[in-house]
Amino acid sequence: MSTKEVGEGKFSVKKFFVYFVLVGGALVSLFPFYYMFVMATRLNREINTVPPPFTPGTHLVENFQKVTDNIDFFGAMGNSLYVATTVTVGTLFLCSLAGYAFAKLPFKGKKVFFVMILVTMMVPPQLGLIPQYYIITALGWLNDFKAIIVPGLINAFGIFWMRQYIAEGVPYEIVEAAKIDGCSNFRIYWNVVVPMILPAFATLGIIVFMHVWNDFLWPLVVLRDPAVHTLQVALRALNDARQMDYGMIMSGTFWATVPLIFVFLMFNRLFIQSLSEGAVK
Amino acid sequence: MKMTKKANQLTETKRTTIAAYLFISPFFILFAIFGLFPMIFSFYLSFFRWDGLDPMTFNGLHNFRFIFSDPIFYSSIKNTFIIGLLGTLPQIIVSILIAFALNSALIRFRNTFRTLIFLPYITSIVAVAIIFGLVFNNQPFGFANYILSFFDAGPIRWSAEYWPVKFAIATMVFWRWVGYNTIIFLAGMQSISKELYEAAKIDGATIGQQLRLITLPMLKPIVMFVVFTSTIGSLQLFTEPLIFLGRGLREEGITVVAYLWRDAFVYNTFGTASAAAIVLFVIIITLTAINLGLSNLIGRSKRKVS
Repeated sequence: MSTKEVGEGKFSVKKFFVYFVLVGGALVSLFPFYYMFVMATRLNREINTVPPPFTPGTHLVENFQKVTDNIDFFGAMGNSLYVATTVTVGTLFLCSLAGYAFAKLPFKGKKVFFVMILVTMMVPPQLGLIPQYYIITALGWLNDFKAIIVPGLINAFGIFWMRQYIAEGVPYEIVEAAKIDGCSNFRIYWNVVVPMILPAFATLGIIVFMHVWNDFLWPLVVLRDPAVHTLQVALRALNDARQMDYGMIMSGTFWATVPLIFVFLMFNRLFIQSLSEGAVK
Repeated sequence: MKMTKKANQLTETKRTTIAAYLFISPFFILFAIFGLFPMIFSFYLSFFRWDGLDPMTFNGLHNFRFIFSDPIFYSSIKNTFIIGLLGTLPQIIVSILIAFALNSALIRFRNTFRTLIFLPYITSIVAVAIIFGLVFNNQPFGFANYILSFFDAGPIRWSAEYWPVKFAIATMVFWRWVGYNTIIFLAGMQSISKELYEAAKIDGATIGQQLRLITLPMLKPIVMFVVFTSTIGSLQLFTEPLIFLGRGLREEGITVVAYLWRDAFVYNTFGTASAAAIVLFVIIITLTAINLGLSNLIGRSKRKVS
């Protein structure tokens, strides 16, 4: 077998290796999802047995009812949806506006400003956590979605990404022509540039949305009142209960994860493509 | 006539400049308020005693003296590094292997495999930590302990013992990020010219030789990028230990960010929390400098060869 040339024949070592790695990887990826689903359909006493169950049970609805008894699941989902949508729309607007300025408008200090934006990407956000909390308290934004939305609009990566896209995707001639027609810079942005960069909106939008939807530390700090909890914070509250009901906890986790998987599978190719582009650039 | 045209042009450039500054200003204004100011204020706060309500009182280096005499703080730094290393190093190796397999010309269902392997990344860290919390449950019915029972081992108290805690949290990090890094490596591999592999195959290179002599050297910048982002990412570990260990945050698994979060928002000692943030800042700056130095060094040696 070892004397056989690599890539030769139908049952080559290479083919075996490739499929072994991929099937193994896919199984490891999927197993925790399956495990979560199984546990979401089982009662706590079924889970607490040896051997534990490995096939779905019949208590999917019952477990979810327990979830809604303990936390305001749909309220939290609505909060997550509201916050993530607002931040995404705002970020797309501000990042494309700044990206347009960096890509097409001549102004003094352009390079310096752009480098400054890149440098801010290197600084981890947790370093200013405590003063940020202090500012939010001073503004009276504790337990207010503004505490998530306004700082969430800072997105250096988004500006960088939009600049690259507009520089390549929007020809100078079109901008110049609009300028000769007497359009203001904002009119050019709104009527000429925006329609041309809608694909970039879609890809950056998915990344930002997912990021806000999954964020945990900052919402945990500033959204104390259960009425304003996002899904992630609500899940943590569910998990922190004194009496551990694993069926219920897994049910909450399952239903909080499903929408995102759905969105991901819809935009899957676009999403993966945009992430890898962002890294290789 | 000429004069007015020139004046018009002048106001035109001026207008453009003003517009440009307006367009980029939201970022800088927001960053100044919610990014730069808090960072500077962290330094200030680290010299004060503050419980979040009463006025702050200056107490010099006391906060730093306090955290540096706290064995749990040392544990948190050690844990962060150990978990980071356990979660990141195998992850980079495995994701390069998977990316190499995905990039192979032979396979069918490439997109399906890619999607499945990427799926964990879209799951929130909270969900990951909850699921793996049951996988690594202390009781015999936990999945990991059940598997161990076949080998007459365990049950292990995963959330309470020194190495098991770190292994469990590192597994969560590994599982969520391996697909993401695979995609990044795959993008890098797809930019390597196919002719190189063809030439190597003609010369009779084995698959291992191809990986070692073509893929890895050409992938170096991307590997550096991934190492850099994973290092910074693992220094910020917080959600996994908090969900897995609960509010108690046992010493075996507490991380630096978890330590400073607990100081601030459980114990209300914002001064020592800020001091811990400053120490983390220094660690991150140091590692960034080392990383930049290393990639410079590698870049230079590459230029010498070519």
